[in-house]
Amino acid sequence: MISVIGLNHKTADIEVREKLAFSGPKLEEGLKGLSSLPGVKEVFVISTCNRVEIYLHSTITSPLKDTVSTQVIRFLSEFHSIHEELLKKSLYILHDTEAIRHLFRVASSLDSMVIGEPQILGQVKEAFEFALGLKTTGPIINTLVKKAISAAKRVRTETRIAENAVSISYAAVELAKKIFEDLSTKTFMLLGAGEMAELAARHLISNGVKSVTVANRTYERGCELAKEFNGRAIRFEDFPKELIHTDIVICSTGAPNYIVTKADMQEVLKERRQKPVFLIDISVPRNIDPAINELDNVYLYDIDDLQGVVDSNILERKKEAEKAEKIINEEVEKFQKWLSSLDSVPTIIALRKRAENIKEAELRDFFNRFPDIDEKKKKAIIQLASTIVNKLLHPPTAALKEDSENRETLIATIKRLYSLNDEEE
Amino acid sequence: MATILFEIALTFYFAGAIVSIVELWLGSKATSKPVIYIAIAGFVFHTFSIILRYIQGGYLPITNLHEASSFYAWSVLLLFFFLELRYKLGLLGCFIMPLVFILMLSSSMLPRELKPLDPILRSYWLPIHTILAFLGNAAFALSFVIGIMYLIQEHYLKSKHPSGLFAKLPSLQSLDEINYRLITIGFPLLSLAIITGAVWSETVFGTYWRWDPKETWSLITWFIYALLLHARLVSGWRGKRAAILSIIGFSTVLFTFFGVSLIMKTYHAFK
Repeated sequence: MISVIGLNHKTADIEVREKLAFSGPKLEEGLKGLSSLPGVKEVFVISTCNRVEIYLHSTITSPLKDTVSTQVIRFLSEFHSIHEELLKKSLYILHDTEAIRHLFRVASSLDSMVIGEPQILGQVKEAFEFALGLKTTGPIINTLVKKAISAAKRVRTETRIAENAVSISYAAVELAKKIFEDLSTKTFMLLGAGEMAELAARHLISNGVKSVTVANRTYERGCELAKEFNGRAIRFEDFPKELIHTDIVICSTGAPNYIVTKADMQEVLKERRQKPVFLIDISVPRNIDPAINELDNVYLYDIDDLQGVVDSNILERKKEAEKAEKIINEEVEKFQKWLSSLDSVPTIIALRKRAENIKEAELRDFFNRFPDIDEKKKKAIIQLASTIVNKLLHPPTAALKEDSENRETLIATIKRLYSLNDEEE
Repeated sequence: MATILFEIALTFYFAGAIVSIVELWLGSKATSKPVIYIAIAGFVFHTFSIILRYIQGGYLPITNLHEASSFYAWSVLLLFFFLELRYKLGLLGCFIMPLVFILMLSSSMLPRELKPLDPILRSYWLPIHTILAFLGNAAFALSFVIGIMYLIQEHYLKSKHPSGLFAKLPSLQSLDEINYRLITIGFPLLSLAIITGAVWSETVFGTYWRWDPKETWSLITWFIYALLLHARLVSGWRGKRAAILSIIGFSTVLFTFFGVSLIMKTYHAFK
C-alpha cells in the first residue's frame, strides 16, 4: 500500500513545520529510521519550507492502514520531540489513490502556496534522489516519482499554469519586456527606496538591465544601494535631469505629492525624442502624476495597476489548474493500472494462459501431422502435455503466491522471461 | 494548369486566413505555426502558377489586375517569409494571412484571360519598373500589418489590463523598429519605381511625367511615406504616430493599386 503522511502550509503553522523539517543530517537519519519501521518497504521524504511529507510503500494492506500512520506518527513525535496530539492536529494521512494523487498534485505545483510556482518540482526530484542514494526506495516509489515528474511536465506544457507573473515585481519585469525588446541595453533608475522597490530592481537586473542609477534622499543610502546593484548614485535633486537618459524608472519615495508632473514628462519626452519610458510608481501616496499615462510613449503603472495585472494572472492560473486536475486524473489512472498489473493474480492468470495457448497450438499441430492416432492415445498425449505444463508452472506460481517480500521483483522477472507484457496490450 | 495551381494556392490561403482568425480568437493560446505551414504550401503552388503563366504569356504576368493582385499577394508572402526567418515576430503570420487571402481573392474575381502584350509594354523596363513597385508595396503592406499589431499591443499596455494576445505579441520596441525598417526598404523601392517609370515614359511618350492618375497617386503615397520618415528622423515621431501613419500610407497604396485602376482612366489600368 502507498501512503503519505505529512503537513503543509495549509494545515500547519510555520512553528510546527519548522519543528518537523528534516534538515541537513536529520534527513538521512530520518529516512533510515522510517525505513526500518515494521512493514515499511520503501520511503522518501519531501521537506521544504512549506511542507514535510513522508511517502511510504508498505506491505500493510488497506484494512490495517491505521497501523502505518500510528507507527509513523509515533516515530515523528520521538524523532522531532513533538507532542503526538499536536502532530495529529496538523497532519494529513492519505492512502492508495489519494496518496498517489497527492504526490502528483504536489509535483505539478497544484498544492503550492502560489499555484504554478516552479521550484517544487526540483525539490521533489532532489528529495527522491537523496532517498534513492540511501537505497530507501524501491521499484514502486521509483516508478511513482518518475510518473509524478512526467505528470508535472505534462501539466507544465499542456496548461499555462506557470506562464504569467503572480508577483508585483515579476509583473513589472514582464511589462518591461513587452515595451522594450532587450532589457540589457536599457537604462534604469531607482528613485527612492523601499523593500518592494528594491525587489523589483533586483528582478530587472537579473533580467538583463545593466545600467543602474540610484537617486535617494539620503545620499549615503543611495550609494550603498548603487554599490549593491553595480550602478551609480546621484543626488536626489538631480533626478529630473537624469530622467532624460532613463528608460525604466521605479519610484518609491515618501513624498506627499507628485514629484513628476505631466508638464515635466512632456519636456523629458521631447528631450528624449519620444523614446519610450516605463514608469513604475509603487509609492503610496503616488509620486508620479497619473495623467502622464495619457502621453504617447509613456507607460505608467502604479501599485494598483500592477496588483490588477497580478490578480488577473492568478485568476488565469486558477482556471488552468482545473485543466491540470484532469491531466492528473489521467496520470493517476495510468499509474494505478501499472500498479495493479504488479498484483500476483493477473500475472498467474497470464502465465497460465500463455502456457495453455502454447500447449494447445502444439497439440493441434501434432494431431494434424498424425491423423491416424486413435482416441485413446490422443487422450493420453493430451494428459502428458498438461502434466508437463503444470509441473513446469508450479514453482513460479507458488513463488508468486507466497513470496510477498520480493513480489514486485518476481512479477517483473516472470513477465520479462515469458514476455507477458505483449499479450496484455 | 496555371489556373488549377492558382485555385489550389487560393484554397490554401483561405484555409490560412481561417486558421489565423481562429488562432487570434484563442487569445493567449494563439500561435502562428500552423498558419506558416499552410502559407508555405500555398506559396509553392502560387509560385508555380506564376511561372507557368509567365511561360504561357512570354512576359512577366503583372499586366492585368488579376495578375497584378495575385503577384502582389505573392510578393507580400515572400517578404513575410524573409521577415519570419530574420525576426520571428510572434503572430505576424496570423495578421498577414487574411491580407494575403483578400488580395488573392480579389485577383480570383477579376477577368483572367491571357492577352497578347500591348506593344507599349514590350520593354525591359516592364519587369524592372513593376518588380520595384511591387516589392516596395509589399514592404508597405507588412508595415501596415505591423502597425496594427503595434496599436493592439499598445492598447493592452495603456489600458493596464494586459491579457488576451498580450503575451504572444512582440514587444513595442521591436514592432516599431521593424516597421521603420520596412518603410526604409519600401520608400527607396517606391522612389526607384517612380524614377524608372519616368524614364520608361520618356522613351515611349517622350515625356517624363504625364499626370496620369496612377502617377499622381503614387506621388501622394510617396509624400506620405516621406513625411513619415522625415517626422521620425527630425521630431522623433515613433510608436503610435508612426504606426497610424503607416496604416494611412498603406490605404493610399491600396487606393492607387485598386481604386485608380478600377475607377479612373489610366494607361496603368492593368488591362
